[in-house]
Amino acid sequence: MQLITPSFSLLTNFANAHAKSAKNRPISYSSLHPFAPLGKKSVKAHNHSPKFLDLLCMHSKFEAKPKKYNMNILVCISHVPDTTAKINFTADGTALDPAGVQFVINPYDEFGLTKALHIKEAQGANITVLNVGGPETEPTLRKALAIGADTAVRINATPTDAITVAQNIKNHISANAYDLILCGQESIDYNGGQVPAMLAAMLELPFVNACVGLDLSGSEATAKAEIDGGHATYKATLPLVIGGKKGLVEEKDLRIPNMRGIMTARTKPLAVEEGTNGGATSAKSFAKPASKSAVTMVDADNIDELVRLLHEEAKAI
Amino acid sequence: MVVVFVETWNQGLKKASFEAVSYAKTWATAAGVGVKAIVNKECTSVADLAQYGADEIITLATSATAFGVAQQVNNMLDGAIGVVVAGTNFGKSMAPALAALVGGALSTNTTSTPKSTSPVRVERGAFSSKGIETIELAGGLPIISFVPNSIGLVESPGAGTISESSASGNDLLTVADRTVASGKVALPEAEIVVSAGRGMKGPENWGMVEELATTLGAATACSKPVSDIGWRPHSEHVGQTGIQVNPNLYIAIGISGAIQHLAGVSASKTIVVVNTDPEAPFFKAADYGIVGDAFEVVPKLTESLRAFKANH
Repeated sequence: MQLITPSFSLLTNFANAHAKSAKNRPISYSSLHPFAPLGKKSVKAHNHSPKFLDLLCMHSKFEAKPKKYNMNILVCISHVPDTTAKINFTADGTALDPAGVQFVINPYDEFGLTKALHIKEAQGANITVLNVGGPETEPTLRKALAIGADTAVRINATPTDAITVAQNIKNHISANAYDLILCGQESIDYNGGQVPAMLAAMLELPFVNACVGLDLSGSEATAKAEIDGGHATYKATLPLVIGGKKGLVEEKDLRIPNMRGIMTARTKPLAVEEGTNGGATSAKSFAKPASKSAVTMVDADNIDELVRLLHEEAKAI
Repeated sequence: MVVVFVETWNQGLKKASFEAVSYAKTWATAAGVGVKAIVNKECTSVADLAQYGADEIITLATSATAFGVAQQVNNMLDGAIGVVVAGTNFGKSMAPALAALVGGALSTNTTSTPKSTSPVRVERGAFSSKGIETIELAGGLPIISFVPNSIGLVESPGAGTISESSASGNDLLTVADRTVASGKVALPEAEIVVSAGRGMKGPENWGMVEELATTLGAATACSKPVSDIGWRPHSEHVGQTGIQVNPNLYIAIGISGAIQHLAGVSASKTIVVVNTDPEAPFFKAADYGIVGDAFEVVPKLTESLRAFKANH
């Protein structure tokens, strides 16, 4: 078994997290360390039981390899219009008109960010959040720092299309070692869903899209994903790229920044790296979909009429 | 030629498979070239692809993962002017991987066949169906992943010459388990979707929703609150952070129509809303509406549809 040794201070965090979340978890990194809560006090409490011997064995390994395992996690963040924003396009119709639009962390990416925080709390990790874009996206990165990421990177480039974004992220990853790259399955602005798979292919790293569950055990990952009409479970060795969605963590686990987080985010590093511009595709125009004609109301006592309309008028059945 | 990767399910073909070939045929005809279809050799009905326009049918032992398949297809692109993939869960992973390998110009979420072929321009959904983008694919080999059920089928026979390829791909992860519910209509490609929300009051009341879905041959879906509280599985959640659907008919029962839900369903061709609250915002996005109690309306609708089906 490969033994990854978190520092003891992290073990305390891990112990707390473990106590809360150990139920129903398959073999995972955390479940391989049931002794983690045992400090000196606990050692006394466990006389020479087999567990104690295991503990000694584990402990001697900790002594022999005091190296701290710090997982490096990259969370890719898109800066997108809020779900409820009214979408308008510029006068020439070739771009989004950002006037009056509130920008937020892409909802799919929030699941990845929260998953990274869970991993950090369970076993220790350094979390970097990254966005490819102009200075206007920095408040979104600061928000991710306030939620709990450690450092932020903005790659200064125009995110013309997915391949440009993926290429820039790839260049950053090639220069920095990451164990896990968490992306949202898609962003809610252009709905391309392309960057995570492109990134993985460029780096030749394993990739799990529509990921709804991730367990880590040392450098081995087990990921659950939605496939058409069902689910698949994949096994991969880190580094791994994830295209996440709800299920990676639950909606109720998502966090909003608290005051302390907002204060500390101000002093956390936000590095700007120069990126490259390019693009294989170009947006020629945007239009709004034709507005719906008024709804036809049907009386609840006359359901046969609805069936007739669906058949004759809508031709839907 | 236009190359189309044809997905198979349990050695068989589905509507999305034929739709992909139809798409490729429409494009190829406009560009004056042929269609090359690539398909898993374990598929038992590959010859059927000729019906929708496949001139060459290349069979091979497909890799287990999207990346492996992208590598295989990448080895079979001699003479290709473009590639078509259905935007299924698999296609959503495969098309971008291929674009990265080829240096292609990719359009996903595509909702039209090419408006022009040189350069290639197509329409695609953006901003959660609040915008329609016309995108030009000029900076590399054009690759198009289309929304299943957005194009439809066109029968237009091709030569259908079958040959086998030994192209290989490299899977970077292992598939430990794959579970596909049999006999169920997969949500993203369903032609009819019956969806229900908190108005159903509890998971024990879903029987009537499923009965309605069975009568229509529809897939079942649900709103976000319903999947969040665990009444229904996440895989049925339709909306912004769930599945986006594009059916001919979407029937929403006891769903108020929050903007996040509409983002996942507004591409539906016909929307029917059943809700007790006449002020429910969903009625504004609906084609047909019924103000009424789901517990009365749904069984009556099922009954009426059964009578209709018996006569048609």
